[in-house]
Amino acid sequence: MQLTNRSKVVSDKNMTAMEAAYLPAVIKGMAVTLKHFFMRPATTKYPEQTREFSEVYRGRHVLKRDEKGAERCTACGLCAVSCPAEAITMVAAERKKGEEGLYREEKYAAIYEINMLRCIFCGLCEEACPKQAIFLTKEIAPASYEREDFIWGKDRLVEGVEETKRIDITKRQDR
Amino acid sequence: MEMLFLLDKTVIAFVAFAITLLIATYSTYAERKVAAFMQDRVGPDRAGPFGILQPLADAGKFFFKEEIIPNTSDKFLFIIGPGISMLTALMTSVVIPWGGTLQIAGRDISLQVADLNIGVLYVFAVVSLGVYGIMIGGWASNNKYSLLGAVRASSQMISYELSMGLALIALIMMTGTLSLKEIVDQQHGMNWNVFYQPFGFLLFIICAFAECNRTPFDLPECEAELVGGYHTEYSSMKLGFYMFAEYINMFISSAFMASLYFGGYNFPFMDSLGLSQNAITIIGVFVFFLKIFFFIFVFMWIRWTIPRFRYDQLMKLGWQWMIPLALLNVFVTGLVILLTGN
Repeated sequence: MQLTNRSKVVSDKNMTAMEAAYLPAVIKGMAVTLKHFFMRPATTKYPEQTREFSEVYRGRHVLKRDEKGAERCTACGLCAVSCPAEAITMVAAERKKGEEGLYREEKYAAIYEINMLRCIFCGLCEEACPKQAIFLTKEIAPASYEREDFIWGKDRLVEGVEETKRIDITKRQDR
Repeated sequence: MEMLFLLDKTVIAFVAFAITLLIATYSTYAERKVAAFMQDRVGPDRAGPFGILQPLADAGKFFFKEEIIPNTSDKFLFIIGPGISMLTALMTSVVIPWGGTLQIAGRDISLQVADLNIGVLYVFAVVSLGVYGIMIGGWASNNKYSLLGAVRASSQMISYELSMGLALIALIMMTGTLSLKEIVDQQHGMNWNVFYQPFGFLLFIICAFAECNRTPFDLPECEAELVGGYHTEYSSMKLGFYMFAEYINMFISSAFMASLYFGGYNFPFMDSLGLSQNAITIIGVFVFFLKIFFFIFVFMWIRWTIPRFRYDQLMKLGWQWMIPLALLNVFVTGLVILLTGN
């Protein structure tokens, strides 16, 4: 069965005089490299430029707030259970009186940590989440020299309250 | 007058020395850029704008690297090896005519350190000495890979020196002089030797690649099978010296080719421009360097195009093809000179 028409029959016939002379082949090769010399490089200069990601790219996580600015997460632990890499840990706490603007439900995550070195960015946590609280975003988790820097707490995971600091995840919701 | 003459020559020698080192330094940068462009990459671009400070960063790194001298090596020879390589590489630039004559304060200053009447022969002698640096370094390392690299290097250099000399003999028969200055002056305007000796030039450039240990003849430092060849055991600035010597050799052989076959500092229509002697000399220097840069580019272009030879192919090419062809070239040149009587 022939799958493509790119296959070539290999033969061990003797070289022709043209091939044995070597120099014509050298010049042919030099023409190829010269052609590439003037081609545009395929490089993306990473920290300054970033490649365009797909709208539903699975990058670093975000913990969403609701319209009033209260955290959606209720520390049910389903994301941690669903996580195949066991990257998520959390400590739950009870909401006190007067904190209604901060947390949407009576229970919330006092500590919520994701180990970005363990995370495989599969997106199972956002599928498991019943409260629409955790989502993966288009951003990438940045590199660092220290292992500690990869354990992301609530300070880096929760999005800002202000309208400008909200992270848009509508594309991932619409899937 | 004598003192002024000495002063001129000292200044020219120092300037030539500085330019040689500068160009060798920036050849490393150019090499990486050329390689990158040919592979659709960007190349070094972090140190300074477009990465132009990269050679300085590399040199700084070389100086601060830990220096390792193997226990079992011959310490004296181990240290002197890279020194000899560097010394012989720098010595050749003496006879290269960088430009015509400048007239300053009523005196003629020739832009050449020494106009030896055996200039070509001198270059050959010094280049042959260059193999000692590699041989001594490889031998003193007391390492089988280094020794193999050194043996390869010396046999390769000796084989290709023969055909290089034979390729040049045809040229010397034509010009009738061994002085580089006179050879260049004979090619006034567009009367370049490459039009009379195209085949000789082809042989010469192939041998020059082999002499400089550049691809496709870089078997002495063949990373794939000899770890690093003759400089396997070297580290820090000694390794830097070996690499630097290679780039200087590349620059000098480019200058040599430009002045022997491509008219040196001569350029077309140099008489009909109506410029003063000094202006023509200065333009000539620039033209000469343009030619040199072109040849350095060809060196790099070839390196990033062709894979290296197998060792038996290298020897076969050297002894069974290059030497007979060079002899044939000498014979044909002699015949033509005899028949045309000039």
